Amino acid sequence: MSAQLSKSVDPSTATIERPDYSIETITSAAKITVRHLNFYYGRVQALFDISLNISERIVTAFIGPSGCGKSTFLRILNRMNDIIPATRVEGEVLIDDQNIYATGIDVVELRRRVGMVFQKSNPFPKSIFDNVAYGLRINRMTSSKRELEGCVEQALKDAALWVEVKDRLKQSALGLSGGQQQRLCIARALAIRPSIILMDEPASALDPKATSKIEELIVELKKQYTIVIVTHNMQQAARVSDVTAFFLLGKLIEVNLTEKMFTNPDQKLTEDYITGRFG
Amino acid sequence: MNQHRHLDDELNSLRDRVLLLGGEAEAALQKAMHSLMDRDSDLARGVLNHDDAIDRIEVEIDRQCIDIIALRQPAARDLRFVISVAKMAPVLERIADHACNIARAAIDLNNEPELKQNIELRQMAEQASAMLRAALDAFTSNDALEAREVIKRDIDINELYNRVFHNLIERMVSEPSTASRDARLIFVAKHLERIGDYVTDICELTVYMAEAAFIKHSN
Repeated sequence: MSAQLSKSVDPSTATIERPDYSIETITSAAKITVRHLNFYYGRVQALFDISLNISERIVTAFIGPSGCGKSTFLRILNRMNDIIPATRVEGEVLIDDQNIYATGIDVVELRRRVGMVFQKSNPFPKSIFDNVAYGLRINRMTSSKRELEGCVEQALKDAALWVEVKDRLKQSALGLSGGQQQRLCIARALAIRPSIILMDEPASALDPKATSKIEELIVELKKQYTIVIVTHNMQQAARVSDVTAFFLLGKLIEVNLTEKMFTNPDQKLTEDYITGRFG
Repeated sequence: MNQHRHLDDELNSLRDRVLLLGGEAEAALQKAMHSLMDRDSDLARGVLNHDDAIDRIEVEIDRQCIDIIALRQPAARDLRFVISVAKMAPVLERIADHACNIARAAIDLNNEPELKQNIELRQMAEQASAMLRAALDAFTSNDALEAREVIKRDIDINELYNRVFHNLIERMVSEPSTASRDARLIFVAKHLERIGDYVTDICELTVYMAEAAFIKHSN
């Protein structure tokens, strides 16, 4: 700082802030709105009064220690917890302003709009082509073989897998590597054209190179999809997400811009967790 | 938890090393000014001879910061601390370089007839030393408020510099025989003024470390 400059600055008040870039502005147009959500496994309450906006076409990461409720919360967003007996939901989950827990909601249709990729890749014991075509066929989303082939090709391209499998589409999906199988599952989810993709630790079982491919894919996919990812790997959350939410003991502690979260979180609990002081 | 203790140990070691570098820079400045005021060229040569050791501390801090970032991937306050230290170390090393320049000027001036003592130059040196000490204290205690107070004191050094500059120019005009020696003293004053600026940089980094606020270039 020059002698001249130091005279013109009042250091007691001066700061430089980035204009118009905050968690409020980035989540103002919500694709998913959760209000006062409580969730119970039988009599055990797993989530407590969660309210959260998730924006369109960005990546939102959920982080937190094991058992904090982040995967439970993810599965609430496409009602995957419905298949677990004795579970109960209170509160509202709005997707495109529609409460997905309202009576009369078609859960199959909901899960078509809100696709999911799991921790362990789970291709069907079918060919690569049939895996991707599966959802298109059962939802009768194409009217000709040619259209079906076009949709499968596009989904595989969107999942950055086409170049690697285009010459062996009729071979079993189980012959693919772990990373390729996971991208195949992503292609399968993309084929039925969801608007939201939920990912539950999609790279936790993969080596660094395959993980890197999945992360590049996530960043590419957010141009078209709203992505919510649960990850144990905080560096992965930092690398791929725009917004990060921190869960602890079933409570949502903080939601913030990822860069803010990892450099200057608002809550001490968040700071203690991401600096490794607990968890 | 062991991993976290390792990181804490490494961060503490880094903090100690920065304080060591800061202490060395402050000592170099004080010795350089004593060598000038007391006409002690041996002391000045001691400052110059010790500069390599100060440079080595800076390199060690660089290496330690890179290791922590690469191996520990610090976040939040830990990340801000490591980044601040990585940027602070070269600033402290440069303060020591300015002390060396003062020591060189002292050696030259000590070989020539003595000039009348310049009280304001001595005040500048005392002010710069006190600011550096206060800046290191603010850093140690993660105290952004104190760091902001130290920044305000840079104005005093700048005003002293202006006074020293004008006084020496006047003397150069009225006593041309002292001109070359006075010119050297003007450079000494400029080094002290720059040290004030570097202390300001250190305080700005402390504010960033404590509050994640960027206050440099904030006009």
